[in-house]
Parts: sequence; C-alpha cells; structure tokens
Amino acid sequence: MNIIERIRLSIFPGAHKPAEEQKGQRKYFRSLLLHFRPRVVPERTLRFSLTWGLGGMAAVLVFLLFGTGLMLKFVYEPFPDRAYDSILHLQQNIPFGQLIRNIHHWSANGLLVIAFLHFLRVFFTGAFVAPRQFNWIIGLALFAAVILSNFTGYLLPWDQLAFWAITISSSMLEYIPGVGTWLQESVLGGPELGPTTISNFYAIHTAVLPALLLLIMPFHFWRIRKANGLVIPRLPDEETETLGEKVNTIPNLIVREVAVALVLLAVILVISMLFNAPLAAKANPGLSPNPTKAPWYFMGIQEMLLHFHPVFSLFIIPLMLVFGLLCIPYINYQSETAGVWFCSNRGRRMALIAVLTSIAATVTGILADELIIGSVLTGPPDIISSGLVPIVIVLAGCIGFYIFMKKRFGAANNEAVQTLFILLATAFLVLTIIGIWFRGTGMRLMWPW
Amino acid sequence: MTNPHPQNNNPEKESASSRRSLLTKLWVLLGIVALAELIGIVFAFLKPNPKKSSAADRAAIIVAGPVDTFQPGTVTAFVRGKFYLVRLEDGGFLALSRSCTHLGCTVPWVAKENKFICPCHSSEFDIRGEVISPPAPRALDLYQIIIENNVLKVDTNKRKKRSEFTAGQITYPKKT
Repeated sequence: MNIIERIRLSIFPGAHKPAEEQKGQRKYFRSLLLHFRPRVVPERTLRFSLTWGLGGMAAVLVFLLFGTGLMLKFVYEPFPDRAYDSILHLQQNIPFGQLIRNIHHWSANGLLVIAFLHFLRVFFTGAFVAPRQFNWIIGLALFAAVILSNFTGYLLPWDQLAFWAITISSSMLEYIPGVGTWLQESVLGGPELGPTTISNFYAIHTAVLPALLLLIMPFHFWRIRKANGLVIPRLPDEETETLGEKVNTIPNLIVREVAVALVLLAVILVISMLFNAPLAAKANPGLSPNPTKAPWYFMGIQEMLLHFHPVFSLFIIPLMLVFGLLCIPYINYQSETAGVWFCSNRGRRMALIAVLTSIAATVTGILADELIIGSVLTGPPDIISSGLVPIVIVLAGCIGFYIFMKKRFGAANNEAVQTLFILLATAFLVLTIIGIWFRGTGMRLMWPW
Repeated sequence: MTNPHPQNNNPEKESASSRRSLLTKLWVLLGIVALAELIGIVFAFLKPNPKKSSAADRAAIIVAGPVDTFQPGTVTAFVRGKFYLVRLEDGGFLALSRSCTHLGCTVPWVAKENKFICPCHSSEFDIRGEVISPPAPRALDLYQIIIENNVLKVDTNKRKKRSEFTAGQITYPKKT
C-alpha cells in the first residue's frame, strides 16, 4: 500500500472493502452527523408547516455570523479613536469588506427575527411540555445570548447611532434598584462610555458569547434527539397515538435542511448586496442626535419607559415576563395539546380575539397616556401615579381578560395560558412597532411617512 | 470496586463506604472553594478600575479661570470636563454634569429659553439643573467646585447625584 492509499484508509476506514460493503463507509461518515440527529424520524415531522425551518435557519445564521465575524476580527480595532476609522477602512479599501460587514449585519438582525419566530412556533405547537420542558429553558438562554450578542455588537462601529443607542440602553440599567449603578459601571467599565466599554463589549461579543453559543447550541440539538425528534404535528381532533411511519434521517431530513439553508443563504446574500449596513457619523459624546433611539429590539422597552415609572418598565415588568416565560413548561396543563397548532379550534378563535384585543388596548392606552394623562401629570415621575397605579390597571386588565376568556369559552388552562401569552406578546410587538416607526423628534408620536 | 452499590450489611464495608463518601464530599467541598476563588478573581479582575495616578487626578481637576470672568446669570460649557459652569444671578456657582439623568444623553443649554433641553426625550432643566419637565427623574448631577485665590476649579472626579436643588449646593466666592 502506498502512502496516499494509507492516508485515505485512515480517513475512510473500510474503503478497501468490496463494493456492496462500501455503504459502510458512507455510513461511517453519516454516523458523526447522526450524533445530533436520530437515525430515523417520524415522517410527519418533515412537514415544512410544522417548523418552517426556523430552528435550522437560526443555526445557519449563527455559523454565517461566526464566519463573517472572524473575518471582521482581522480588520476591526477596538479603540474609541480607531474603531470608526477601521470600519471605514474595511468598507473603502478592503475587497468585499462592505459585503462581509453587510452579511454580518443582516444575519445578526435576521437571527433575532428568526429566533423570535422559532420561539413563537415552539410555543404555538405546544412543543414545550414533557419531555421538552428543559429544552424550552435552554432555548430561552440561547435567545438571551443572541440578544446580548446583537447588543454588544451594536456598539462596535462607534458611530453616532451606536454610541447613543448604547448610552441610553446602558443608562436603563441604572434604574434597577440596589445594584443598578454598580451594574452599569461594571458593564461600561466606568461612569460613561469610553475605552473600557469598547474593550469589554469587544471581548464579550467576540469571545464570551460565541463560546457560550457553541456550548449551548449542541445541548439544544441533543435534547431534541433525546426527545425522539420534533413534536409530531396533528390536527386538533387527531389521537396522540397515530405516530405514522418513520423514515431515514438521511436523506429525508438532511436534504430538506440543506435546501432551507441554501435558500436562506441566497436571501441573505441578495439583501447584503442591495442594502448597506448603516454607518452614521463618528461618535461625538458632546452631541446627542434627536431623537435618540435604543437598538430596534429594545424599542418596546424604551416605549414602555415613556409610560411607566422606570423601576417598573425596566425592572419589575421585564422580571415578571421572564419569570412567566420560565414557568410556561412547568405549569400543569389540563389537556394534551403537543403538536396541535394553537391547542385546538377553540384555542384558535381565542387567539384571534386576544390579538385584536391587545392591539386595540395597547394603542388606546398609548394614545390616552400621550394625549390625556401625560398632560395632567407633570414633574418627575412618581412611583405611585406613574408606577403602581398604571401597573395595577394593566395587571387587572390581563387577569380579567384571562378569567373572562376562560369562562366565556369554557377553555382548558392550555388555551387560557396561550391566550394570555398572545395578549402580552402582541402588546410587546405593538409597543416595539410604535417605538421604531411612530416616534419622531423629541420622541413625540408621528406618522412614519 | 466490582460492585458500585454494595447491598450487604457487613459493618466493615459500610464504614469503608462512609469513609469514601466523606472523602468524596471533601473533594466536592474543595471544588466549591476553588470555584468561589475563581469567581472572586474574575470579579476583581473585571472591576472597573480607572487609572489611579496623581497625574490622572490632577488632569481631572479643570481650571475654569478667575471668578470674575463669569457674569452672573450665565452658563459656560466646558467640553473637556464634560460639565457646565453656571453662575447664578446672586453670584453663586454650580458645576452641572451635561448628562441627562433620564438616559444619559448630552443636554445642550438653550440660552433663548433659559433652560437645558434634552434632545432624546425632551426632559427640561432650569439653570440650577432642577427638573422642569419629565421624564428625567432627578436634577442634573453636580461636580465639586474649588475656589483658590479667586481662581475657580472643578474636580471632575467627584460626581454627586442629587434628587433636587437645595441652596446648600451653591458655592460662593469669598467676598473681597
């Protein structure tokens, strides 16, 4: 055996065997892949309308971000006086520099949207009950890591957009009772944005969070495998026992995943060729632009800040929401709805009502606060009148809605919890949309056109 | 050991296994101590720690100039020190931070309207830094003023938070 042949055999053991056994060689290659995938999967879980390929898309975007991020790391300089110039250098002098930055930018923003949609998909198909309970928690941790990655990356260009968005977002930390100031100074490395901030954010963005993602993502995938694959989709009146046939993962699942990945890659490339990642003027600590907005995914919180006392909008409300999300898989549910979109036909009707109620209530609330209450209350925000009173009204509204819907439809608690979830999620989306597009100079309400 | 879960009642073996479990517990305890130390080191390492040198301290003290150069009722911006030097109508001085207490935007002095107006969320402050219009929750932060030989200096190391304006915050030059 010559040396080349020996090397080939060391990589593909069994390649010297006769042709009918050669399948074993391909199997060997597959088995590595199959550590993250079951050997067979229920045929019904292959339906595109179960997952919409969202989890796979998120994974593809993460790897795209690793790749482009690694390239950017060779050019970027994490110092206040050099960061902006290194971005300009990247865009103007380096071949494909602008394109690489665009891919990184659009993948990062796309990842937030895709991960959020994936989160909604998992919730609405009931894929969080046993044995998938803990994977819901892992998923939330991944989502937090994605948000933090986006946030720390937002500062790095050190332009006016980045500087002020991070200034106001990190100032929000200051309102957390007790540890607020300490937390803010730890994040920024001092009382305000400076060289320490950029090196902190750079280290977190390019080392800590990627490492965390690389550790948690395989854990997330492995738990899917341990739960015997995805939740099996079924119609509202179908029995749980009808599992249907199982098919080989290779090629049935893998081919579908590759197809989704390639389409996504094409879409990201086209967007990156058409639209440049934004870059404003170099950061000027003496001049705040008007209006100054947080990164778009925090605009829901910034909008809440206009209506509630900061301790409530930045601490108590987010804390309650996160606690609620962590509780979702551990509630005792009255009926078995895993795999059914929106629980049941009744659940679907309730969901629609919740969406419409939430949009109407949120918009009315914002307008009322802006036009009537806001002009009555003046002076510094008061913990009673702008904190406790509105929060009690909102909470009473949510609880009242929950009880009313449960009684009115004679619903199981699965459907009622889902209705409440939709009510809050829609409200958050409405707040975010208003914050991004309907707030102009001085954060006054205005039309986006 | 061949059987990891011994189920006989031999007292000798029981004592051996309890000794083993004690040792295991000690290892776990040591592990916890090591972890605590590691966390302590990481925290100490990451703690914000501005360069402590006398040169840096001196650089943080901004010499604003002779007291008489500032007319009563005026606001002077110091870009390097990131503060406003205010001389009130009665001759007293205040050094106000230019960061809005709401979310940290830089607040410009609008001389025409005689107030500070934050461009981010339209909080308004009067010449003393007091909140006129929300959402700002507190009056603008203060820096310490030192007057030596009729020359006014501001120590930008010491930033003081305050909820509202009180007369005690004003620094008056010595009557000569």
